[in-house]
Amino acid sequence: MNAQAPALRDPRLNRPEPFTPPLGDGGFFQRDRSIHPPAHAPGYKSSVLRSPRQALLSLENSISEITGPVFGHNDLGPLDNDLIRNYAKDGDPVGERIIVHGRVLDETGRGVPNTLVEFWQANAGGRYRHKKDTYLAPIDPNFGGCGRALTDDSGYYYFRTVKPGPYPWRNYVNSWRPAHIHFSVFGSGFAQRLITQMYFEGDPLIPVCPILTTIPDKDALDRLVAPLDLNASSPFDSLAYRFDIVLRGQRSTYFENRTEGN
Amino acid sequence: MPQPLNYLKETASQTAGPYVHIGLIPAMAGFDIFEKNFSNVLVTPNTAGQRITLEGKVLDGTGTPLRDVLLEIWQANASGRYNHPADRSAGALEPEFRGWGRAGSDFESGLVTFETIKPGAITDRAGRKCAPHINVWVVARGINIGLNTRLYFSDEEAANAADPVLNLIEQPTRRKTLIATRSERAGKIVYSFTINLQGPEETVFFDV
Ligand SMILES: [Fe+2]
Repeated sequence: MNAQAPALRDPRLNRPEPFTPPLGDGGFFQRDRSIHPPAHAPGYKSSVLRSPRQALLSLENSISEITGPVFGHNDLGPLDNDLIRNYAKDGDPVGERIIVHGRVLDETGRGVPNTLVEFWQANAGGRYRHKKDTYLAPIDPNFGGCGRALTDDSGYYYFRTVKPGPYPWRNYVNSWRPAHIHFSVFGSGFAQRLITQMYFEGDPLIPVCPILTTIPDKDALDRLVAPLDLNASSPFDSLAYRFDIVLRGQRSTYFENRTEGN
Repeated sequence: MPQPLNYLKETASQTAGPYVHIGLIPAMAGFDIFEKNFSNVLVTPNTAGQRITLEGKVLDGTGTPLRDVLLEIWQANASGRYNHPADRSAGALEPEFRGWGRAGSDFESGLVTFETIKPGAITDRAGRKCAPHINVWVVARGINIGLNTRLYFSDEEAANAADPVLNLIEQPTRRKTLIATRSERAGKIVYSFTINLQGPEETVFFDV
């Protein structure tokens, strides 16, 4: 299934040899649904009544799917990628200071430039700033828990935050989410739209999480786990974790086939 | 062994969870953090085209509205042109109209609304006419990978009957699941829709 040559690179980074066909604006590569969680995943109970049961109708990408919203620096504020400062009232939030960084790539390995990345998370105690979250861990008055960034020309993004805590949730009576950060990514076309979650290397809750284990493919699951990136850490300030996100690749149109007389 | 192709694999999807509002619509989570926020209002006073309200619910397998769902819409402007460099069709481009919005459902009623304009008919790259439509993406707790569907307009019967995507749907009865119903309310034009995640009226979802 995986035709990549693993000996050539650090498998944690999921980095290929560069392969860059001309950037197309044709349809996107067909989505490999085997690496995504199925809609109906009974171990994650909320999915049972919220999962379509009919087959999805396959749609050859038209202009409606190839295009998507374009964002720019005007959409963002200067502190949007600094979760340590963007809600601070009388000091820094409590918790382990971390930098999260990486690239948004497409399946050909090319960076996806100028794309909007949004992220949200619980505070260091595992509590969300959300009116529907009633977990007994306290709200941190200096932590909002959300941010956003625009990738640069090479697809690179980064932000600063505190490491979120694990938290309990109602699935089984003793279900706990591993520490995680939610990510929303756009890409260049609406068919690339993706929401996912990033986890932290070494978290013992990863193999027992009913949401994470909806993913049937072990490699796909591992690719959601960000390794500690000591080289990117800021001495006496913040540790760093690296999280690359891969969106669907896009076909080039090498030859136009038009019906005679069209 | 042939040469390795070395494609990367797409990152796996994960549910948006119950607290999606924090990241995408923080005001709904109950706080104010960003200077600039995205919303369910796509129009500005300068936007060309007929103002419409889109209004609907997403129902689970018991028919109960989801009260923690988030919808995004993506649409062409009144000339049928998407605000994106890959759309090279002839319609007039309106730089101020992004054509995209997001909305969370009401925490009590489950109602989702958008204020936008009715998009024009689209000519795709093969030269085919497509009925006016709005692309919809649905995420929520319990939805493991975002669901793609479309909304068409009930007063576009002829265009809908000729639409290449609606005609891909084998059972004519299922085509109706994508048609938003027009009504007028207090001088406003409202298109109402229901997205059924399951059941005999299950909405058509696309693998785009
Ligand atoms: Fe979460």
